[in-house]
Amino acid sequence: MSIVTVQLGQCGNQIGFEVFDALFNDSHCPGGLCSKRENEAYQASCKERFFSEEENGVPVARAVLVDMERKVISQTLSKAARSGRWKYGQHSCFCQKQGSGNNWAYGYSVHGPRHKESIMNLIQKEVEKCDSLSGFFIIMSMAGGTGSGLGAFVTQNLQDQYSSALKMNHIIWPYGTGEVIVQNYNSILTLSHLYRSSDALLVHENDAVHKICAKLMNIKQISFCDINQVLAHQLGSVFQPTYSREGSFHYRRNPLGDLMENLVPHPEFKMLGVRNIPQMSENSLAYSTFTWAGLLKHLRQMLISNAKMEEGIDWQVRPPLSGLPPLGKMSVNKETHFNTSIANLVILRGKDVHSADVGHHRALKRVLCAVRMFSPVICQCQSPKFILLKKGKIKTLVLVAKRNPCTSM
Amino acid sequence: MEEGVVNEILQGPLRDVFDSKQLITDISGSGNNWAVGHKVFGSLYQEKILEKLRKSAEHCDCLQCFFIIHSMGGGTGSGLGTFLLKVLKDEFPEVYRFVTSIYPSGEDDVITSPYNSILAMKELNEHADCVLPIDNQSLFDIISKIDLMMNSGKLGAAIKPKSLVTSSTGVFKKRQEKPFDAMNNIVANLLLNLTSSARFEGSLNMDLNEIIMNLVPFPQLHYLVSSLTPLYTLADVNIPPRRLDQMFSDAFSKDHQLIRADPKHSLYLACALMVRGNVQISDLRRNIERLKPSLQFVSWNQEGWKTSLCSVPPVGHSHSLLALANNTCVKPTFIDLRERFIRLYKKKAHLHHYLQIEGMEESCFTEAVSSLSALIQEYNQLDATKSMPVEDLPRLNIAM
Repeated sequence: MSIVTVQLGQCGNQIGFEVFDALFNDSHCPGGLCSKRENEAYQASCKERFFSEEENGVPVARAVLVDMERKVISQTLSKAARSGRWKYGQHSCFCQKQGSGNNWAYGYSVHGPRHKESIMNLIQKEVEKCDSLSGFFIIMSMAGGTGSGLGAFVTQNLQDQYSSALKMNHIIWPYGTGEVIVQNYNSILTLSHLYRSSDALLVHENDAVHKICAKLMNIKQISFCDINQVLAHQLGSVFQPTYSREGSFHYRRNPLGDLMENLVPHPEFKMLGVRNIPQMSENSLAYSTFTWAGLLKHLRQMLISNAKMEEGIDWQVRPPLSGLPPLGKMSVNKETHFNTSIANLVILRGKDVHSADVGHHRALKRVLCAVRMFSPVICQCQSPKFILLKKGKIKTLVLVAKRNPCTSM
Repeated sequence: MEEGVVNEILQGPLRDVFDSKQLITDISGSGNNWAVGHKVFGSLYQEKILEKLRKSAEHCDCLQCFFIIHSMGGGTGSGLGTFLLKVLKDEFPEVYRFVTSIYPSGEDDVITSPYNSILAMKELNEHADCVLPIDNQSLFDIISKIDLMMNSGKLGAAIKPKSLVTSSTGVFKKRQEKPFDAMNNIVANLLLNLTSSARFEGSLNMDLNEIIMNLVPFPQLHYLVSSLTPLYTLADVNIPPRRLDQMFSDAFSKDHQLIRADPKHSLYLACALMVRGNVQISDLRRNIERLKPSLQFVSWNQEGWKTSLCSVPPVGHSHSLLALANNTCVKPTFIDLRERFIRLYKKKAHLHHYLQIEGMEESCFTEAVSSLSALIQEYNQLDATKSMPVEDLPRLNIAM
């Protein structure tokens, strides 16, 4: 089943490009760990979800690009075309000239109604190209004007027009110390509207991704391109095909359905976060080795201590001995705030994935698996510090966890 | 309202850039008299101006804002210029009006400039969306500093040729340098950097309407202090990060501002940083973290930064930074202006030239000065809250 991506605003379009690039590169990279038949099945599954076929064989991304000014969309289109390996549809973009001025009201009340017809027509054309629609993936930022305001408007319209399709909004939480002065207004307005019309909100915080780039990827001069590539890597780990119960060559068909089924048990709790392990630069990867047990342990600790990356985890946090403490009794150690989740989903990718034992980790319940490795993204890095002793197997572990509503704000 | 300057432009190297049909000139000028500019020429040329404006606007697919460039001390710029503001507001209410005003400095060549400025300020208060005040003294100081650097021999040889902010790089025809050209070049660079993110690509774009949206918290307080770096580039092309950091520090030093003011010791309401060139988000964030403790922000907007990154650097430089701040440090400039006005007005000196014009009365003057006083009072109130948290506005209480 296919996912139609709607990219809104400068942020949405820049991230969307990196996501499609990462997805394409992953499905077409020479996979040494699996058989040819496996590879082809994987490629076909990924292609069905995110790309459609064109006459001359170049895959076209299933995406609609919307922005209120030209520059970003033309840049995105040309970057995709330049790669020569995939591209965006020529007519699947909508842009205006005046911009939204970081004004949520402009995006929602002025641009929305004014251009509703054109935008919904474009989305409909993309939907018609799909054999079966899994849902929509809407990428937007919360601080700006177009992404936030127009994004809220489009999501609402999608709910009206395609009430049986699932909608996942990917929202970018702005930096704490301001990129835009009115970002707090825009964010609150967006969240309140999205909560009513969206099915799930996948949140990425600029601060957290920035720290990952700085500490784990060792990039000296972090640009938005680097941040977007880390984001795309995490999203790719979530959305690439996973095995179905039938066996190795069959992949699960409904990615959004799987995510929603496992992670959104109640419509009131829909904010999701992603934790990915291991996350490191390409050079460091060659000198590291991993085991499933080690990765799972780290991931679980990241989850319960509310850490966003595998460095600086607080190992003091432990689950309380006999379930949750009774109400009214304060816990002895106030600092160890045990992060409780409403639902979790673990996605394992890599070699010997069936040997990974998730059973004894109470926090990690539901598991999806795949063998195909998801290659890490190429980025700047420093020279490695230690010499490898044996060849490592590359594994990627992804945990998509529901945020505890109190700690997510 | 006189032909000399416009004719010079038409004969200069830029004659092809300007449409000769879009010019309006008169013969005798306004005589440094705001009333002549505003009332006489205003009513005389209103229709003609409107017609030419409409023609220009029709050529645009999407009109976003008007730039008005004028001086406050003269007659035409100040009088007719502010008359135009009102016309634009009525005719194109949704289009933003950006005004670049040259304020009179201490040694001024026009004696009636206080009158002209105060009368113009009232119009700016009411009809402009955003004002960038600039004064000649600061521009002159910047030029002297550059000359000093060039001639002192210490860094003179190391400065990349044609990289001064005052040199007209990129000009395809050489022309004779006139005395104000260097100073005007600085203002031109300011406007270039302001619009660069709208004209060129970048990883974090900023349009002109975003400037107003983010930097003007209340409609009255729309005066922005601008500062531009770098003023020159050293010939060494490798820019270590220290140099970048130096650029950010410079932007907040008094030497690089286009108006005499002291923002570091006053209250910031909002601040915007427009960076051009190969600067990335991490450099920007690092410098914001570094500079924040030394600046005082208003209580309801402690993280009040708006940032933009444009990939295309200006001609001759590898990167540049424009900082726009909405800061209460413009208050002394206005207080100074008001002092000079009152000194003249108390003696009613030169007043008869204004009152001669039909439509001008003494009440115009008193209204103008009270409008300025109200503005100064607003800034005072904000300054008073410098170290204290502001009380919330009273809200409706729901009875339990």
